[in-house]
Amino acid sequence: MNELVEFISNNLQLLYILILAIFIGVELIKNVPSVLHTPLMSGANALSGVVIVGALLVMLQAKPDDFLSLGLGFVAVILGILNVVGGFVVTDRMLQMFKKKK
Amino acid sequence: MNITLSIIYLITTIAFVIGLKMLGHPQTAKKGNLISGVGMGLAIVATIFLHDFEVPSINYILIGIALLIGSVIGYFIAMKVAMTKMPELVSLFNGFGGGSALLIGLIEFGNFSEDATQTSTIIAAIIIGSITFTGSLIAWAKLNGSMKDIRLPKYNLINNLIILALIAFGAYIVMYDSTNLMLIYLLLFASLVYGVLFVIPIGGADMPVVISLLNSLTGIAAAITGILFGNMVMMVGGILVGSAGLILTFIMCNAMNRSLSNVIFGAFGGGDVAIAAVGKTGGTIKKTTASDSAIMLNYASKVVIVPGYGLAVAQAQHVIHELEELLTKKGVDVSYAIHPVAGRMPGHMNVLLAESNVAYDKLIEMDNINPQFPNTDVVLVVGANDVVNPAAHNDPSSPIYGMPILDVENAKHIIVNKRSMNAGYAGIENELFFNQKTSMLFGDAKSALTELVNELKNM
Repeated sequence: MNELVEFISNNLQLLYILILAIFIGVELIKNVPSVLHTPLMSGANALSGVVIVGALLVMLQAKPDDFLSLGLGFVAVILGILNVVGGFVVTDRMLQMFKKKK
Repeated sequence: MNITLSIIYLITTIAFVIGLKMLGHPQTAKKGNLISGVGMGLAIVATIFLHDFEVPSINYILIGIALLIGSVIGYFIAMKVAMTKMPELVSLFNGFGGGSALLIGLIEFGNFSEDATQTSTIIAAIIIGSITFTGSLIAWAKLNGSMKDIRLPKYNLINNLIILALIAFGAYIVMYDSTNLMLIYLLLFASLVYGVLFVIPIGGADMPVVISLLNSLTGIAAAITGILFGNMVMMVGGILVGSAGLILTFIMCNAMNRSLSNVIFGAFGGGDVAIAAVGKTGGTIKKTTASDSAIMLNYASKVVIVPGYGLAVAQAQHVIHELEELLTKKGVDVSYAIHPVAGRMPGHMNVLLAESNVAYDKLIEMDNINPQFPNTDVVLVVGANDVVNPAAHNDPSSPIYGMPILDVENAKHIIVNKRSMNAGYAGIENELFFNQKTSMLFGDAKSALTELVNELKNM
């Protein structure tokens, strides 16, 4: 129990950010017309590619003789950037179709 | 941390929020996607160049190569794939994101496992990353048609036991501060297996919900890795995706009038449920020809088209638009009825029809079109099945009972275009086809509609 209290007081700022971010996410999506659900899901998917930043940090900090970290990090960067580029391009292609008519 | 880098991360976070907000409106959606994309680009470039580490040049070279390979492949896959394949593509890319998170967790386990908070975030990143990785790949394969639903006996029990074991196992590693890599590999393996087992029994019709859920999980995995690095943009971006994805999941469940637990544990869309439902209906069906249908449409004053997955499969979105224009020219009032879960994803039909330039205001959502069916002369159902199945209203034993549907049986005439009498994706018979007012126009959507268009042109 003490550990929990300690954890909370040490990470209070973090908790505020997390909770506010959760509410923003919910508010942004509520009341979106169902027409846009697929593009929205795809757009959110592209955003989850932000994990690439972590992969880059790993690669930047890896020692040149640490082949395991370098190798796995290399794959992590590829997968992350695939998620980012693929995600945004697919979303853009979907939205291309909502261009103004007539 | 470098102050310029922090400010850029802040800008990226704001770009994500504004981008998501703009994605929620048809007029601003495209710009919103661009804004979040630019934000992401900024964050990536800034991370590479504005840091305080001593970085050997070989690392830069490797990063450059990896970015190049990933971007080129990602761009080509995204550009080449047909519009009908979009849902599975989203799932595939989502899986890559999860894979990235799991690899980060794996690497960092060696570097950062001094205190319990760090170890538990790493463990969580590995578990969630692995589940989304294999889960998304399975979802991709199932939507692709290369994999069928597989239900192990007692799969719910097995899955629940595995997830409990995963949590207990993770907690053990944290508590005993184990640095044993074997344990981590075992955890990784078990999580990967769970991802497979979690998605494999879920019926195809529920796949969109699962993809949305997995998408949300990838966001959470990104946020957890963000906590590990104390990186704000990953944390906030990940949580945004996590909560937005979760809400979207619930909205989709609501559209089908099912609960999330029913989707995950109820395993519907095949198997025994469907077998029980088959054979209840029966009776005779009425076949019709393209020319008869054309006459019916020509002399109608109000026609509603109900598109479904069959339209997407046959790539008939252009022909149907031609049909719609032709009828409009002849003075017929034509609109499209869009069920929220028609196709394989919410909004699937809208995307498809928008591709062939169907005017946005012709697409009418379920709640608005349903009261109009009694005044409709002809309903043309193209490749849709479960979303017009009256069993949802009047057969409590049906697996889709309670799902809101398009009440096409209230229209004066119904023409159903289908390839054959096979049941729909949910594997349920549809009594609509045996209705007195229904005529069946068999054939592939594209060729049947082309014939219809030709007949109409000759009138």
